[in-house]
Amino acid sequence: MVPHFGVEPQQIQIRTGCCDSMSKFLQMVNIQKNYGGVKALKGVDFSIDQAEIHCLIGENGSGKSTLIKIISGDVQPDGGEIQIEGRHYPRLRQIDSLNLGIRVIYQDFALFPNLTVAENIAYSQLVEKGDRLVNWQEIHEIAKAATEKIQINLDLHELVGNLSVANQQMVAICRALTKDVRLLILDEPTSALSKVEIDQQFKVVFDLQSKGISIMFVSHKLNEVLQIAHKVSILRDGEMIATLPREEVDNDKLIQLMSGRKITYTRYKGPETTNGKLLEVKGLTKKNNFADVSFSLGRGEILGITGLLGSGRTELALALYGIAPADRGSVVIDGKPVTIHSVQDAVRAGIGYVPEDRLTQGLVMKKSVRENVVPIVIDQLRNKLGLLDNGEWRQTVDHWIDELGIKVAHRDVEVRTLSGGNQQKVVLSKWLASKPKILILDNPTAGVDVAAKSSIYEVVRNMAEQGVGVILISDEIPEVVNNCNRILIMRNGRLVEHLETQDVTEEEVQNLVEMTGTQQQQISGELR
Amino acid sequence: MMKKLTKQTEFYLALLIIALSIFITLNNPRFLTTENIFGLLRSFSVMGIMSVGVLFVLILGGSPDVSFTAIAQVVQYIVVILTLNYGGNIFLAFLVACALGVLMGLLNGFLVHKFKVPTIIITIATSNIYFGLLYVFSKGEVIFVIHPMFREFGQLAIGSWVGQHGTPYGLSLLAIIWLLTLVAGWFILRRTQIGRNIYAIGGNEIAAERVGINVFKTRMFVFGVIGFLSGVAAIVHAAIVQSAIPNIIVGQEMNVIAAVFLGGAGVFGGKGTIIGTFLGILLLAIVSNGLTLLGISTYWYNVLIGAVIVVSITISAIQQIRQEKTRVRVQVEGEVTA
Ligand SMILES: Nc1ncnc2c1ncn2[C@@H]1O[C@H](COP(=O)(O)OP(=O)(O)OP(=O)(O)O)[C@@H](O)[C@H]1O
Ligand SMILES: [Mg+2]
Repeated sequence: MVPHFGVEPQQIQIRTGCCDSMSKFLQMVNIQKNYGGVKALKGVDFSIDQAEIHCLIGENGSGKSTLIKIISGDVQPDGGEIQIEGRHYPRLRQIDSLNLGIRVIYQDFALFPNLTVAENIAYSQLVEKGDRLVNWQEIHEIAKAATEKIQINLDLHELVGNLSVANQQMVAICRALTKDVRLLILDEPTSALSKVEIDQQFKVVFDLQSKGISIMFVSHKLNEVLQIAHKVSILRDGEMIATLPREEVDNDKLIQLMSGRKITYTRYKGPETTNGKLLEVKGLTKKNNFADVSFSLGRGEILGITGLLGSGRTELALALYGIAPADRGSVVIDGKPVTIHSVQDAVRAGIGYVPEDRLTQGLVMKKSVRENVVPIVIDQLRNKLGLLDNGEWRQTVDHWIDELGIKVAHRDVEVRTLSGGNQQKVVLSKWLASKPKILILDNPTAGVDVAAKSSIYEVVRNMAEQGVGVILISDEIPEVVNNCNRILIMRNGRLVEHLETQDVTEEEVQNLVEMTGTQQQQISGELR
Repeated sequence: MMKKLTKQTEFYLALLIIALSIFITLNNPRFLTTENIFGLLRSFSVMGIMSVGVLFVLILGGSPDVSFTAIAQVVQYIVVILTLNYGGNIFLAFLVACALGVLMGLLNGFLVHKFKVPTIIITIATSNIYFGLLYVFSKGEVIFVIHPMFREFGQLAIGSWVGQHGTPYGLSLLAIIWLLTLVAGWFILRRTQIGRNIYAIGGNEIAAERVGINVFKTRMFVFGVIGFLSGVAAIVHAAIVQSAIPNIIVGQEMNVIAAVFLGGAGVFGGKGTIIGTFLGILLLAIVSNGLTLLGISTYWYNVLIGAVIVVSITISAIQQIRQEKTRVRVQVEGEVTA
């Protein structure tokens, strides 16, 4: 039985009746973890019942991933007690955790890009079985069964490295489902997914929960948390602030508990008159990517582009930034025609781009925050002799750490040790600091906490007010509606709608995006 | 099917080999005789056997082991001296050689794992140590007369035909050992869990740990394999050369590594196949043989090999770009899909 979508959370409660049996699956008491001087967890209590959907929320760097790594045995705590199914584990190792049926889907998926979808899905089961020989037919059967469980259409022979982020995540979920699961932990599972895929994923989550599996769900998207949670736990700065049943929380309360303050969205007005066309795109076409795309962008304007996954929005951005140049069409910037065949062309034309897949495309993990921010702005940091001005450099970096609230002890700390969301902010700041004429942002707030989101919006709006033309590509409808002057909707590689944000509501946009959504999804499932 | 084939490095390598073979045959028909081919397989068996070990190491991490020739060199010298003094048979010689090779390989593996340093760095160090010690103790002395069992072993062959100049020939057992090594290597990489684990670790080591792969064990296995094969190669080499020259194997490591890269192994790990590796060595063999048959000075050998490597890297890059271009990312409405 798979529950229907759009059901009220209360209904779900009644249907599952999860909390009658008070049997705890996992109980953790006074868990502590220090990384050098950083106290990631300061005596946290946490527990999960059987067949419970327990959401864990908190700002970037509050310790969510650390807590998960302790449950999975990846990281040993410095203090505290762990009890699973009534048994004490003074030292919980990875193998113990796996044998107990605990499965984690990490923020970075932990997949093998060089192996096929089938093998990636079957891997943990094969390792666990411990057979010396591999049976390829068995691998395909395992993979097929898992993909059928969540009804997703993936080419089992394709290399995982060739898949889109969304499909890679599906592979990670499929892998977790190949074995007896007792507790499934999802660390920000939806940050790279669009609405349809999220729905599909929730369907899977509810289905598993109804089979008695506990779910631990980490997310920054509070509407999703409210949609699926039985209980919500809130971490702030390594401390457990509260664990509350779903009935006792709402969006504002969660924000309050997470950040200790209130945050509200306002709509962006934009400039009264768009003074002059900054960018004009006509008939841009790239085979197998998008076709006949025409639009314009004014100075100080924020233009939203949205659409389902596989609609061609990211591909359009890649073409404008010269990573995967278009085949045909014209681009005019400031009245001058420009040809964009490479990234250098785009940068020279004043275009900046924050990629979607920031964690893999944008950072040198073993270098410091300071060194990661510099590459793009390096020319702005030279003094009269053409040498790097260290003072200026430090100032710039500190400015952005402050502006985006990057949680880091010092600018010289290695990026590798930052939490996922804070790594994202580092990449973002690198691009924001580069002061382009036209800035393309692809899903800039994926995986970023609520407070940081609003500071990112603030920065983007400020840039627009200073005359930068911004293209904001996003899955999150509220994000585009609240921050953009106009919205373009893409579907099947073409621009299909052109809306003024004043005239529309979030629901209307959502409906337009999802038109023929099911067809679209089938196609993208097969293709990507 | 055809489409899939054209995406493989192996396919282009095979084309290149065929083209070269045709060219050489047109200029000297002796090239395409079983006698010549069998001879080639025999004389390249040493490199061929070692290349399988190199492939394992490259799949595991992309950073090559450069000490396997030093290992083979040391093992050969020791075994040759032991058999001269104490006699024994060829099986015993293999046994001792492989055991010594495995030991030295494992030491490499342990150091790589312990210090988390790229394989090439550790093995530059250990190869200097292994080879240096050999020089200290042998004083660079060549042993011209070795135990006759090596020569006898080297002459074993399957089949017997009469060659051009009336000399009998067959498919040498040494070449067969190479082919068996290939089959075993294929079987391990393709059909055993530990073989798949090598690819997995090469693809994403952290993920490998998370699915429960014992990375240490797998790494030790890989270095054990290359050590083992260095031992095998040492005996095979002795059977071909019938002497023990302390610096004859060392120096070949770059050619072997280049061949494996040619065959499609990547510098980031997780990539490479037995077929590709075989074709890589075969290409080196044909180039070298072709030079002799065409009467060109073998001094050109290195130049040509370098050129071949440049060409094939270019081809694989072009191929990748083309692939990228034709990939369907979005099913564009109203567009005919190719
Ligand atoms: N390996 C490490 N070395 C040093 N510090 C670390 C390490 N891993 C995590 N930290 C620190 O521990 C704190 C908690 O990080 P954690 O990854 O648990 O945050 P998070 O709640 O998952 O955040 P996000 O929402 O951004 O993913 C952060 O301050 C982070 O910088
Ligand atoms: Mg995290």
